[in-house]
Amino acid sequence: MALSGMRGLSVFISDVRNCQNKELERARVDKELANIRTKFKNDKGLTPYEKKKYVWKMLYIFMLGYDVDFGHMEAVSLISAPKYAEKQVGYIVTSSLLNENHDFLRLVINTVRNDIIGRNETFQCLALTMVGNIGGKEFSESLAPDVQKLLISNSCRPLVRKKAALCLLRLYRKNPDVVSVDGWADRMSQLLDEREIGVLTAVMSLLVALVANNPDAYWNCVSKCVRVLERLTRSQDIPQEYTYYGIPSPWLQVKTMRVLQYFPAIDDPNIRRSLFEVLQRVLMGTDAVKNINKNNATHAVLFEALALVMHLDAEKDMMAQCVGLLGKFIAVREPNIRYLGLENMTRMLMVSDVQESIKRHQVQIITSLRDPDISIRRRSLDLLYGMCDVTNAKDIVEELLQYLTTADFAIREELALKAAILAEKFAPDLSWYVDVILQLIEKAGDFVSDDIWYRVVQFVTNNDDLQPYAAAKARDFLDKPAVHETMVKVAGYLLGEYSHLLSRRPGCSPKEVFSIIHDKFATVSTPTKAILLSAYIKILLHSQTVDPELQNHVLAVFRKNETYLDAEVQQRASEYYALSRKGPSMVDVMAEMPKFPERQSALLKKAEDTEVDVADTSATKLRLMQLTSTAVVVADQKPANGVHPALTRVPSGQRNIEAPTVPVANGGQSPAPVDFLAIEAAPTHSAPESSPLVGPGDSLALALMDNQASTVQIGLKAEWRGNQGRIVLFLGNKHTAPLLSVKAVILPPRHMQLLTSNVPDTIPPRAQVQCPVEVTNLSPSREIPVLDFCYNNSSAMVSFKLRLPVIMSKFLQGATLAPADYIARWKALMGPPNKLLQEVVRGVKPLPLQEMSDLLGSLHVAIAPGYDPNVNNIVGAATYFSENPTLCLVRIETDPADRTQIRLTVGTPDTSVALELKEYIKERLVDIPSGAAPTSLPGMPSPADDLVGPAASLAGLI
Amino acid sequence: QIRFVLLISRQGKVRLTKWYSPYTQKERLKAIRELSALILPRGPKLCNFVEWKGLKVVYKRYASLYFCICVDSEDNELDGLEVIHHYVQVLDRYFGNVCELDLIFNFHKAYFILDEILIAGELQESSKKSVSRVISAQDTLVENAKEQASSLSNMIAQATK
Repeated sequence: MALSGMRGLSVFISDVRNCQNKELERARVDKELANIRTKFKNDKGLTPYEKKKYVWKMLYIFMLGYDVDFGHMEAVSLISAPKYAEKQVGYIVTSSLLNENHDFLRLVINTVRNDIIGRNETFQCLALTMVGNIGGKEFSESLAPDVQKLLISNSCRPLVRKKAALCLLRLYRKNPDVVSVDGWADRMSQLLDEREIGVLTAVMSLLVALVANNPDAYWNCVSKCVRVLERLTRSQDIPQEYTYYGIPSPWLQVKTMRVLQYFPAIDDPNIRRSLFEVLQRVLMGTDAVKNINKNNATHAVLFEALALVMHLDAEKDMMAQCVGLLGKFIAVREPNIRYLGLENMTRMLMVSDVQESIKRHQVQIITSLRDPDISIRRRSLDLLYGMCDVTNAKDIVEELLQYLTTADFAIREELALKAAILAEKFAPDLSWYVDVILQLIEKAGDFVSDDIWYRVVQFVTNNDDLQPYAAAKARDFLDKPAVHETMVKVAGYLLGEYSHLLSRRPGCSPKEVFSIIHDKFATVSTPTKAILLSAYIKILLHSQTVDPELQNHVLAVFRKNETYLDAEVQQRASEYYALSRKGPSMVDVMAEMPKFPERQSALLKKAEDTEVDVADTSATKLRLMQLTSTAVVVADQKPANGVHPALTRVPSGQRNIEAPTVPVANGGQSPAPVDFLAIEAAPTHSAPESSPLVGPGDSLALALMDNQASTVQIGLKAEWRGNQGRIVLFLGNKHTAPLLSVKAVILPPRHMQLLTSNVPDTIPPRAQVQCPVEVTNLSPSREIPVLDFCYNNSSAMVSFKLRLPVIMSKFLQGATLAPADYIARWKALMGPPNKLLQEVVRGVKPLPLQEMSDLLGSLHVAIAPGYDPNVNNIVGAATYFSENPTLCLVRIETDPADRTQIRLTVGTPDTSVALELKEYIKERLVDIPSGAAPTSLPGMPSPADDLVGPAASLAGLI
Repeated sequence: QIRFVLLISRQGKVRLTKWYSPYTQKERLKAIRELSALILPRGPKLCNFVEWKGLKVVYKRYASLYFCICVDSEDNELDGLEVIHHYVQVLDRYFGNVCELDLIFNFHKAYFILDEILIAGELQESSKKSVSRVISAQDTLVENAKEQASSLSNMIAQATK
C-alpha cells in the first residue's frame, strides 16, 4: 500500500470528519477555503507539492458539496506542469471538477494535444483519459486525428491504445463527423483481429457506437464479431487474467452481442449458423450457481443473448425456449433475475407470435405487482400494460384498480393512466368502461387527468343505451362520503344531461338529484361550479313537470351567483337565470348535447406520442422502430385534433367553430338564443393513409334547430382530389316524429358539375340519412353551391338554404418550386403578354407577417420563404385544379409602416384563374372571417337578406 | 454507457463522484440528493436496480458504502453490477481488505484507480492484474518525483501544515 503521505490533507479530512454537525463542518470548510484562497493569491511561495495538496483539498471540499469555482484555474494550470506528479493531479482534478462545457478547458487544448502527440507514454495516458472523460466538441475537432493515429499505431503499447479507443469513442459521440466512414470500416475490421483482450474490449465499445449510427458501413465487422464470440464461448486462448469467476470476459461477450443487435439482419447462412450455435450454447448452458458474482456474470451474458435472439427473430423453437427461460426467471427468489425476467418479457412482446406463450405467465406477473420491491412492481406494471388485449383486459384492469388503493404515490399516476388507456382500448362493453373510470376517479381522483373524464362524457353522449346507466352510476358515486372533485365534475355533467332518464327511480327525482349535487357546490373550485350551474338548469328544464320548489331553489342559486367573483360563473348564473324564467319554452335550448364526432382518444394519442418520441439510437429502441409494434392496438386511426368535448356554453351566444379553411369564427350576430347552434369541428385531416394528393378531407357536423322546436341535424364530410370532390351530407332527424316530404336540392353554380343522389322522401324519427354528392370543378369561380333543404315536420313546411363549403381553396394545392424555377416562371408571366394581375388592397386587417403567411398557407398556397429578398414580402405558389391544372404564383408585398395596405400580385397563364384567385385571396385578407357579416359575393344574394338564422351563421363559415 | 459513478456512505456522505455526461454542479447535487433518498432506504433483499428519470441506477452495498452507477435504460444491468464488483476487487487488491476509511483518506487513489477501469463511461480494462500494474507504476513515478524534490521544499510543506 503506497499512500502518498500528504499530512495536511489527512489532517483536514480528519477535522471535517470530527465535526459534530453541518454548521461546524461548514465553518471548518470555510476556514480552509479562505486559507487556500490566500495561498493561491500570492503564489510566489507555493511549491509544486503545496499546490498539489491544495488542489486535492479543493476536490475533497467539492465532493462535500461546496462551491470551489475560484480554484478551477489552479487545477487546470497544473495540467501544464512539467512533472508527472503535478500533471497527474491537474488532469484528474480538472476532469472531476469541470464538465465538458467549461470555458477553461479551451485554455489547455494545446497542452493536451502536445501530451497526446508527445513521446512520453505516461503523459499520453493522462491526456487521453481526461479527454475521454470530459472532452467536448472542440476537443473533438482538434484532437480526433491524433487519437486515431495512436489507436492504429503499431508502436504503441496496449495501455495507450485502449485508452485511445475509448477517447475516440467520446470524441465520436460529441461529433460523429470526426470519424470518416470510408476509411474506418476497414480499420475497425482489422482492429477486431486484436489478440489483447483489453484493447479488444475498448475497440468493441467504440464499434457499438459506430454501428449504432451507421450499420450499413460496418457490415464487414459482422463475421469478425461472431468469431470473437466463438473464441470467447469456447474459452479458446483467453488469458487467465481476462476470465471473471472462470467466465471468459463477460463484458466483452455482452458488448459483442450488443454490436450484432444493431445490424438489421444477418443473412449469410454460415455466419448465422455459427452465431446460433454460440447462442444456443449460452441459452442451454447457463445454470444458476451459488456464487452471486459468477451468477450475475453468466446471466449478464444470458440476457444479452436473449436480446440478440429476439432481434434475429430466430426459429420458433428457440423463441419458445426464450419465453420458457423468462417464465422461469420471473418466479425465482433472486430479485435481480426476477426484475430482468419481467423487463425482458416486456421487450419480447415486440416479437410476434410470443404473446400467447407470455400470457400463460399472467398469474405470476400479477403476483409481481405486489412484490416488496418498487422496481419490480414497475416492471410488472409495464409488462401487464404491454400484454393486455381484449381477452385479458378485464382481469388485468381489475387487478390494476385493486392495486391502486395500496400503490405507492410514485407509481399511482402512471397506474391510473395505464388503467384508463387499457379500459378504453380493450373494453368488452362500454358500461364496464364507465365503471372502471368512475372507480378510477374514486380511488385516485388526484391522478385522473381531465382527458380521462372528457372521454367518458364523449362515450356516454354518443351511446344512447349507456346514458341511463352512466347517470345512475354517477348518482350512486355522489352518495359516497368524501367525493373527489373530479367525480363531482363528471357526475354533475352526466346528471345534468341524463338524470331525467332516471326520474322514475327512487331517489332520482329532479329535486333529489339537484340537492345531492348542490351539496358539493360550496366546496368545489370555480371551473367545477360552472359545470354544476349548467347541470342545474338542465335538470330544471328537463323535468317533465316543473316543480315550483325546485325551480325556486335553482333560481335562488343562480341569483346568488350572479355576483360571484369569477366571470364565467357569473355569466352562466345570470344567463341561466334569465333563461329559466322563460319556462318550458326553453326546453330545447337545454336539449341534450349532440353526439361528438368520432375522434381519437387524447389518451391514446398521448401514449402513441411518447412511443414515437424516440430519437435515440439504442438497440432496443431501433428494434422498436423496425418492427411494427403489435403492442399498441389503436382503436381508431383518425388523428386527434386535441379538442376536448365542449361543455355546454349555450346561452352565452358563443360558439367555438373550427372549420378546415376558416381560421376562427366567433359569431356574435345571432340575436336570440333560439337559433342556438352547436357546431363541433371534426379533425381537419382525413385518415393518414390518404395519399398526399388528397387534400385534407374535412367534415363538419352542424346541429340546427328551426323555430318549430323540432330539430334537424345536418353534417357534412368531404374529400378532395384535384378538381374532383366527394361530399357526403348527413341529414339527421333529431325529433321524435318523422320528417316528411324531405327535399334536398343543390343549386350548382355554373362552373361546377354536381351529381347528387336521391334523398328519401321521409326521414324516420331519430334517424340519419346520408346523401353523397360528386363535385367536379370545371372553371375558376368563387361561387358556392347552395343546398336548398325543406321538409314537413307534421305541422308545417320548413325550408332553408345552406351554402356548402365548396370553396376555391378546395381545388388549390400547394406547389413547391426551386428558387430558380420560381423566378423563371415569374419572369415568363411578366410578359409580354403580361399575365400578372396586381392590385393595391387597402383596409386589410392588420396582421403580423407570420399570420398573414399562415393565412395564405391555409388557402393551400405553398409559401416559399426567402425566395423574395424583401423580408416584408410573402411569395408562394399553388396549382389550381379545374378542367386543367394551372400553376398560380402569388406575391403579397406588405408595408411595414402601414399594415392595413398591401399589394397583391397573382400570376397564372390563365387570366380567368388569376382574376378569381386574386379576388378570393383579397376577400380573405380584407375580411378575416371574424364573425362579422361576410362580404357579399358577386352573383350571390347577400346572406343577410336571404339566409336567416343558422343558415346565415353557416354562411359566415365559408 | 455509464453516465456517472457515485460512492455514498450509509449516512449519505459522498465519497466519490465521477461524471461522464455533462451535469452542472447544481444538477450533480440534485442527482446525489435524489438518489440517496431513493437508494439508501432500500432493504437488503431487493434488487440492485432503481429507475430514475428514464435512466437506471445499478447499485450495490459493500459494508457501509453504496457503489452506484447510472446507466441508460437499455443497458445490460448485470454487466454494470459486475463492473462495480470489478472496481471493488481492484480497490481491495490495492489497499488490502479495503474499508471506507481507506477511501476517505485516500480518495485520490480511488479516483486514479477508477480512471484505469472506466473511460468515457465504458469499461477500459477487465484484468485486475493489468490495472494493478498500471497503478503501482504510477505510484513509483510519483515517489521518484518526490525523492527528487528538494528536501527543503518538503520541510516547508511540513511546516505549513
